[in-house]
Amino acid sequence: MALSDKDRIFTNLYGLQDWRLPAARRRGNWDGTRTILERGRDAIIEEVKNSGLRGRGGAGFPTGMKWSFMPKQASERPHYLVVNADESEPGTCKDRDIIRHDPHTLVEGCLIAGFAMGAHAGYIYIRGEYYNESVVLEAAIDEAYEAGLLGPNACGAGWDFDLYVHRGAGAYICGEETALIESLEGKKGMPRLKPPFPAAVGLYGCPTTVNNVETIAVVPEIMRRGGPWFASFGRPKNAGTKIFCIQGHVNRPCNVEEEMSIPLRELIERHAGGVRGGWDNLLAVIPGGSSTPMIPKAVCDDVLMDFDALRDHKTGLGTAGVIVMDRSTDLIKAIARLSAFYKHESCGQCTPCREGMGWVKRMMDRMVEGRAQLAEIDVLEEVTRRIEGHTICALADGGVWPVQGLIRHFRPMMEERIAAYRERGGKVLPTLPMAAE
Amino acid sequence: MAKVTVDGIEVEVPNGASVLQACEAAGKEIPRFCYHERLSVAGNCRMCLVEVEKAPKPIASCAYPVADGMKVFTDSPMVRNGRRGVMEFLLINHPLDCPICDQGGECDLQDQAMAFGHDSSRYMEEKRVVSDKYMGPLIKTIMTRCIQCTRCIRFATEVAGVPELGATGRGEAMEVGTYVERALTTELSGNLIDICPVGALTSRPYAFVSRPWELRKTDSIDVLDATGTNIRVDTRAGEVLRILPRINDDVNEEWMADRGRFSFDGLKRRRLDRPWVRENGRLRPATWSEAFGAIAARVRGTAGERIAARIGDLADAEAIVALKDLLGALGSANLECRTDGAAIDASRRDFYTFNTTIAGIEEADALLIIGSNPRQEAPVINARIRKRAISGAPFPVGFIGPRGLDLTYRHDWLGEGGATLRAIAAGTHRFNDELRAARRPMLILGRGALRRADGAAVLAAAWKIAAENGMLREDWHGFNLLHLFGGQVAPLDLGCVAPPDAPAPEVVWLLGTGDAAEVPEGAFVIYQGHHGEAGAARADVILPGAAYTEKDATWVNTEGRVQQGRLAVFPPGEAREDWKIIRAASELLGKRLPYDSLDAVRDRLAEAHPAFGSGFARRGCTDLAGPAGDAAAATDTAFALPITNYWQADPISRASDTMAECARTYLPAAPAMAAE
Repeated sequence: MALSDKDRIFTNLYGLQDWRLPAARRRGNWDGTRTILERGRDAIIEEVKNSGLRGRGGAGFPTGMKWSFMPKQASERPHYLVVNADESEPGTCKDRDIIRHDPHTLVEGCLIAGFAMGAHAGYIYIRGEYYNESVVLEAAIDEAYEAGLLGPNACGAGWDFDLYVHRGAGAYICGEETALIESLEGKKGMPRLKPPFPAAVGLYGCPTTVNNVETIAVVPEIMRRGGPWFASFGRPKNAGTKIFCIQGHVNRPCNVEEEMSIPLRELIERHAGGVRGGWDNLLAVIPGGSSTPMIPKAVCDDVLMDFDALRDHKTGLGTAGVIVMDRSTDLIKAIARLSAFYKHESCGQCTPCREGMGWVKRMMDRMVEGRAQLAEIDVLEEVTRRIEGHTICALADGGVWPVQGLIRHFRPMMEERIAAYRERGGKVLPTLPMAAE
Repeated sequence: MAKVTVDGIEVEVPNGASVLQACEAAGKEIPRFCYHERLSVAGNCRMCLVEVEKAPKPIASCAYPVADGMKVFTDSPMVRNGRRGVMEFLLINHPLDCPICDQGGECDLQDQAMAFGHDSSRYMEEKRVVSDKYMGPLIKTIMTRCIQCTRCIRFATEVAGVPELGATGRGEAMEVGTYVERALTTELSGNLIDICPVGALTSRPYAFVSRPWELRKTDSIDVLDATGTNIRVDTRAGEVLRILPRINDDVNEEWMADRGRFSFDGLKRRRLDRPWVRENGRLRPATWSEAFGAIAARVRGTAGERIAARIGDLADAEAIVALKDLLGALGSANLECRTDGAAIDASRRDFYTFNTTIAGIEEADALLIIGSNPRQEAPVINARIRKRAISGAPFPVGFIGPRGLDLTYRHDWLGEGGATLRAIAAGTHRFNDELRAARRPMLILGRGALRRADGAAVLAAAWKIAAENGMLREDWHGFNLLHLFGGQVAPLDLGCVAPPDAPAPEVVWLLGTGDAAEVPEGAFVIYQGHHGEAGAARADVILPGAAYTEKDATWVNTEGRVQQGRLAVFPPGEAREDWKIIRAASELLGKRLPYDSLDAVRDRLAEAHPAFGSGFARRGCTDLAGPAGDAAAATDTAFALPITNYWQADPISRASDTMAECARTYLPAAPAMAAE
């Protein structure tokens, strides 16, 4: 049972229609926004809570609850809404399509979310590489201002709301919410220590909520159709529709809005034209963007695409960037490439991540050749365990999970590689010069 | 208060304290690299991870606030594994060059690797190498050893106020440096060496000189500025090898200025190490008895009031009181310590001390600086002002003096001379509003501002400002005179101020003052000191004295705080402790001083001024009557700063190679002469 067209939130995800305001209005955006705002802050938060919406940025934290952490009354410190459009996770490109083809879902969402958390200003931190998208987004915001939908007395509901776009400079770490805030403040993008959390001390020291683009963009539709409508999709606690980005060894890579908890196999076969060479040619899938551990075909056969089902298989939904790898893939090399990415993107603040990512990357490079001792697989595993959970932010966790996934499911493949290398007579390590020499 | 249980030990700590502080309260040592109690919390080294009940992951104890009922474990398997992991990560790219590293023996990384690390490495890959950075003539960098704890960056940015250090690059490629390879422009750079937990930043002059366990450590007081920084003098075989600050929260916290720290090589150069006597217009080496003989021969035929003494900036209280007693016995009260011409009124102690106290700066809420550049005159006090200025609460700082100075904190330039001073004294200046609005306003008057013809008027005007803007109260004393050197307050306490009607002297005893300009033509000059400055060249008899590291001596800092330094090395050659020289001379002059031991001199000191006998206490002001001088007479002349060359401001630093190198680096180059 696939999501029917009438239940789609992003009706222009493929850019078949115009993204501008009149067309967006025809699609239903900005319809009754004033009425929504007039329902009041608490009602909006309650509705979002009822919808069961969980953050679409990867961690899956319940959105309504997050909003309710904002102080009820604004003190002399203003509240801020920050939208995380720094979509840099390899394998993920959902926010990009929302911004370039359906920007008004986001702009309207910003107003509603900003109102719900008492913010008069919102910042959209957009990835620097998304230049064209930022142009579209700016134009959409300008249109909204012109139509009186933003700015003083936005939508005529008596709430002043300004929305700004800020372009990042291309650092993956700036997608971490506190690093994003630092970057937005003009500092080096390095995650902050928590507590205090942004809801207490965020942008410029003021209460701030950082939400993913998709999270914010689905809110207007939830408000129009009601929380229970949204909650009717997917399994309990994994409610709603979700944009999946399917890529890799599939016949038709695509972004598609689907119901949560759809079986992975159905998702791939229905929307992406199936795995290249047939389902049996599947080797493994990274289900939620590069930082989630891969799952082998046996798991892919019947796993559901939602937060909890994937967590049960020691992976995660993440950003729902589904990377499909068929049997032609050198998995070790693929993961080594990801390790190189995370080494490069580590901000360098915490010791385990700064030093450990390089170590992992170098060991993975040797694993690709097989130039290693068998016991080093265990060393690699232990190093990743010592990185994971010992740092300020989750980049380190996401950086070592792919390696852990590889070792968990494809250890024999690594052992074979090592044995093959040895058979060829390869030397494992350059002999170290001794002191006496 | 929050109740926290650390490894089963229950402790109470204030709300808002960190878990690390709670652990320390419970007597548990938490290893750390990036955490430093006087810097902001970075929480990036991850060495201080502890386990908290119900937390899924270990938490960084330095940054995590305590909560009531929290249960902390500092020695669980999770914690041990975390520490071992962090140690391993830190060491994989750290060079194992401890045998040639100057930090060896006092290295946090070394100690903690022994206590918490593995005994071997599993790292088989190549190690990272980082190119060294240039940070000036005082700091040697070996950046491969850097563990990116960012203490130095935070120190430079927060305490020193020079945001010139930073980290460039990301992840493994992150490097600490000065961005543009330029010497750090701070007078506090030596502290970077102390706070660096590894051997990345070490002392350039001390490179490869010694190991910490070879050193004899002597507690002393720095006298090269008037802060009275508590120091530790490290010596080996009769030679000072380095000077480090000691912790004293009331004075220097744990910081120290560069001139005090690095100019000790001047103690070995251009020293007076034997007596000299002038014969037939030329100085010749002499014995002590010849020198004393020459003095006795000249003094005997001279009327008492024709004998005078001039006290230098680095003289200790014992020598001063001995000299005063000797001159008193000879019938003279003509001692003068204000050789720089500062119009200081010594009739009341709070006219010439830093009454707010250094720690008291943190309580002030407005500051007026008159004719002083604290950054150069007392860098550590300036750091305290900066600490107050950046603490968040409003702290308006007004400044009268040269325009465009970088004091490391925001200040409001009000004017450059007496006109502004008069306006504030009259209560008509806009800054008066700031002072009136403040609850604890203070002012700092530079000693340099009094070194002018209308100095007395400046002093009176400053006092008037203090008195009329709520700075002088029973519970608050906001009038402060900032002296320049560690020996400038003691002689004022001991009353070394020449009577106005003193006749022109025929015999002048210079106690360590190089300034012989005032000495009349034809007078007989006795120079007692450790460095041959201008005064020595003019002298008829030279008595070699001891420098501050070479004697047990009492010093009074600008606050009026009496502190004692101890002898770290013996004076070179035949040089002796100064009070002993005067005591010996008194014998030959037939006016034997009644003390033979240090204790006896100190008893005499306590008798001469109560400050030397009692502990230091902060005082308010009960008597608003001001010093002599007409506040309205201050002229429009701009205030000139007394120190133009921070690096070479006293005889010791002028003899120092290290300081000469600093001067070459930091001062604008002198124009080269055609003939050179």
